Amino acid sequence: MRLAVLAAAILAAASPVMATNWNDTLAAAKGQTVYWNAWGGDERTNSFIAWASDALSARYGVTIQQVKLTDTAEAVTRVIAEKAAGVTENGSVDMIWINGANFLSMKQQGLLFGPFVADLPNARYLDLASGSAATVDFTVPVEGYESPWRLAKFVMTYDSARVSEPPRSMRALLKWAQQHPGRFTHPAVSNFMGATFLKQALIELAPDASVLQSPVTDEAFAAATGPLWQWYDALRPNLWHSGETFPENASIQEQMLNDGEIDIAMSFDPASTAAAIEKGLLPGTARAYGLEGGTIGNISFVAIPFNAAHKEGAMVVANFLLDPATQARAQDITVLGSYSVLDQDKLGPQERAEFAALPTSPALPTNEELGVTLVEPHPSWMTRLTDVWAQRYTK
Amino acid sequence: MTGAEGRWLRFFVLLLVTGGLVLPILTGLWETGRAAFGILPAIGAETWSLAPWQRLFTLPGIGSSLKLSLWTGLASTLLALLLATGFCAAIHGWSGQRHVSRILGPLLAAPHAALAIGIAFLIAPSGWIARMISPWATGWNLPPNIATVNDQMGLALVLGLLVKEVPFLLLVMLGALGQIPVNAQLAAGRALGYGRGVVWIKVILPQVYPLIRLPVFVVLSFALSVVDMAIILGPSNPPVLSVAVTRWYFAADTSLILPASAAALAQAFVVAFGILLWICAEQVAARAGRWWIRRGGRGYSAGPGLILASGATLILMGLGASALIDLAIWSVTWRWSFPSALPEGWSSGIWARPGSGWGSAFIQTTVIGLTTTAIAVLLAIAWLEGEDRAGMQRARWAEVLIYLPLLVPQIAFLYGLNVVFLRAGLTGGLGAVIWAQALFVFPYVMIALSDPWRALDRRLVCASAALGAGPMRRLVAVKLPILLRPLLTAAAIGFAVSVAQYLPTLFMGAGRVATLTTEAVTLSSGSDRRVTGVYAVLQAVLPLGTYVAALFLPAFVHRNRRGLSGGAA
Repeated sequence: MRLAVLAAAILAAASPVMATNWNDTLAAAKGQTVYWNAWGGDERTNSFIAWASDALSARYGVTIQQVKLTDTAEAVTRVIAEKAAGVTENGSVDMIWINGANFLSMKQQGLLFGPFVADLPNARYLDLASGSAATVDFTVPVEGYESPWRLAKFVMTYDSARVSEPPRSMRALLKWAQQHPGRFTHPAVSNFMGATFLKQALIELAPDASVLQSPVTDEAFAAATGPLWQWYDALRPNLWHSGETFPENASIQEQMLNDGEIDIAMSFDPASTAAAIEKGLLPGTARAYGLEGGTIGNISFVAIPFNAAHKEGAMVVANFLLDPATQARAQDITVLGSYSVLDQDKLGPQERAEFAALPTSPALPTNEELGVTLVEPHPSWMTRLTDVWAQRYTK
Repeated sequence: MTGAEGRWLRFFVLLLVTGGLVLPILTGLWETGRAAFGILPAIGAETWSLAPWQRLFTLPGIGSSLKLSLWTGLASTLLALLLATGFCAAIHGWSGQRHVSRILGPLLAAPHAALAIGIAFLIAPSGWIARMISPWATGWNLPPNIATVNDQMGLALVLGLLVKEVPFLLLVMLGALGQIPVNAQLAAGRALGYGRGVVWIKVILPQVYPLIRLPVFVVLSFALSVVDMAIILGPSNPPVLSVAVTRWYFAADTSLILPASAAALAQAFVVAFGILLWICAEQVAARAGRWWIRRGGRGYSAGPGLILASGATLILMGLGASALIDLAIWSVTWRWSFPSALPEGWSSGIWARPGSGWGSAFIQTTVIGLTTTAIAVLLAIAWLEGEDRAGMQRARWAEVLIYLPLLVPQIAFLYGLNVVFLRAGLTGGLGAVIWAQALFVFPYVMIALSDPWRALDRRLVCASAALGAGPMRRLVAVKLPILLRPLLTAAAIGFAVSVAQYLPTLFMGAGRVATLTTEAVTLSSGSDRRVTGVYAVLQAVLPLGTYVAALFLPAFVHRNRRGLSGGAA
């Protein structure tokens, strides 16, 4: 008890302004219902959000109401429609699970509240050094307008009962697909997973991948994507349904792997395969793996729209998501299985032990199998890539 | 006296319908139109221009999307009409005919999204049909690489639409046949040496068609602009126009809202063009038909056609029923992998946890459905009673007014309507959703109620008036009790329409109003068929429950009224 008071006193002395501000925030947040707009296609995430709501209402009197989206852009469209109608306060969206192009689009148009991340007490567990993973979103500086909550990393998945040795590079994948026509596909490129597959291939096949970190130009695009299109032209006829139609998203693709319609799929969550086996959604022989040379990884964030009705509540939620105990629970494969965004060096021994004690599974790739994490290209590359893909392959 | 009161009632109802139903659609269209021509201040677009249209026509796949929409819409409507006519001709006069509309109940009640999800699993290469015949008959240990769902031609979408539209047209047609002395004409025709099928085509159909023409246009408009079913069954690259418009509205690149609005208007033109094409085809068919009828041929050749149409209709109904059954099986499955004909493991885990989401969606859907239906039924009664009291026939323009929400594609005005509602501070709540749904529920209630209302035996009303009952008492004590069965049927149809609404709930509810339908469509983009199955089953069972209630409640209430309990109304 005395120790806690002492700790609080030290904390208060260290940053007196922040502590009082945060208490104000907590007081204002009490009783608020935060409408969190989050993609709703994943039951595990939905249950995790429901759990967070229960924990928050017990501790701070804040409840979360998840607004389940089919596509994150729905929430962006909603905020724009509200701005069009002159709704500058008491908007319907309090918080959005967001990153990449949606974040860029909202930030550019001044649709976000902030900067607020530095005001969150649990931000001290983050590595916020300039240029670190938590401070850039697809190379766009975050500048405190969104707060990290989960880590995503591209992995390929397969059923080891049907494929003994999966291809570990994009060139090997082409060869495999030519030997097994119709047994592989990627999600529609209008979906972020399909676009990520193209970006992953682009990073591997581009003559000089470093240009991807700057905004795209016509010359850079032509030079970087030449080998990609050559590779894709050879791959496409060997895709499922000859590459004329694609699964809507990665979840549907996972279902196709389960149904046996394809042998290799992909995911942006290394633990999703283990979790899907646990839930009966994939056969026990399914496995996830990384590629030689590493795969793309990024952090998912939560942002607060400029006209949110419950900004304080949303900040309390964002702070709760950064709590080491919350992050450890999220990393548990029996719960969510999404890797922590916290800087392990900034955690105390007790918190680190919590992470070390988490359960494991044969379908869960080791860090070694996952390989290094590659940074996302600038968002303008993704937009151009999907546009050009659509022009080339949509009749 | 009654005349004056009737006029007042009519005026009041007309005001309500114009202000509550027509005005929102027009303002919605206006806002969409502004965005289509470059005005959307929220994203900094403030000058009139044709740029959104230019951009629209450079978007990849726009040409194919247009063609796909027209092809799937026209083909499914034409086929649905042919099949429904053939089936009607084949079963008319058969003693079981009265039961047909009851058998149609489940298919009419099941929302498009639920049926689409069920059909997708049924006909997919790894679907239930393939599982039942594999590997013993096909040799498939793995699903074959053929596109039976999401095919480029949109055939799966046409099939899905047929499963839904044939029962609807059948119901409308059976209702219309009640207004024609079919048996007498059939007998006369046969006496003159015409075959049964030929009498149907040459004598009955030309009389029935004008009565069902507006419902046919509704089917056509719906098929040309359907979104939820097209997402689940249609091709994806490129999709039909309506799906493309929805995608562009919700794309990360917000500047796409302008060409999306242009495309939403284009969707309205597609529907107008489709209806125009249809009317031209009607003219041609009428000319050709007249020539053919005057020729006086007695051919018996229509027989095989009838058998074919009836067979196809029965197969469609079988598909629809199997689709509902496969959803029910999935909802209690643990694991079910190819090529097992039935699940290897069962689990009722999701049913046991209403707290996981379906409980609140179920309640939300019920509340919205009941309120919307109550509003629509009251409004319909007021309208019809107004016509009665004024002693007037329904004007042509009034008919079109009622049908307007069903003829204008939803996507064309919903975004604009959303902006209007937001400005009025109305969005995000149940109220906005209920209002928006009432736009679409009211017309269906009117369609279902109008004919039985007009068919009411006027002598009963006259007798009660002669006995001194005022207009209100005549309505409450005589007309409504007699019309209880059709009233409840209309309410059940209205409720089913409300449960099925996807876009209005999505746009007007700001995503906060989660109904079974919005959840089912969202979940169908996930990987868990078992959860989707639970939502889809609930989505189908809820309206079915009201159908059953509509069937048995009158029988119970009228158990000691012999003249009313035999389905006299």
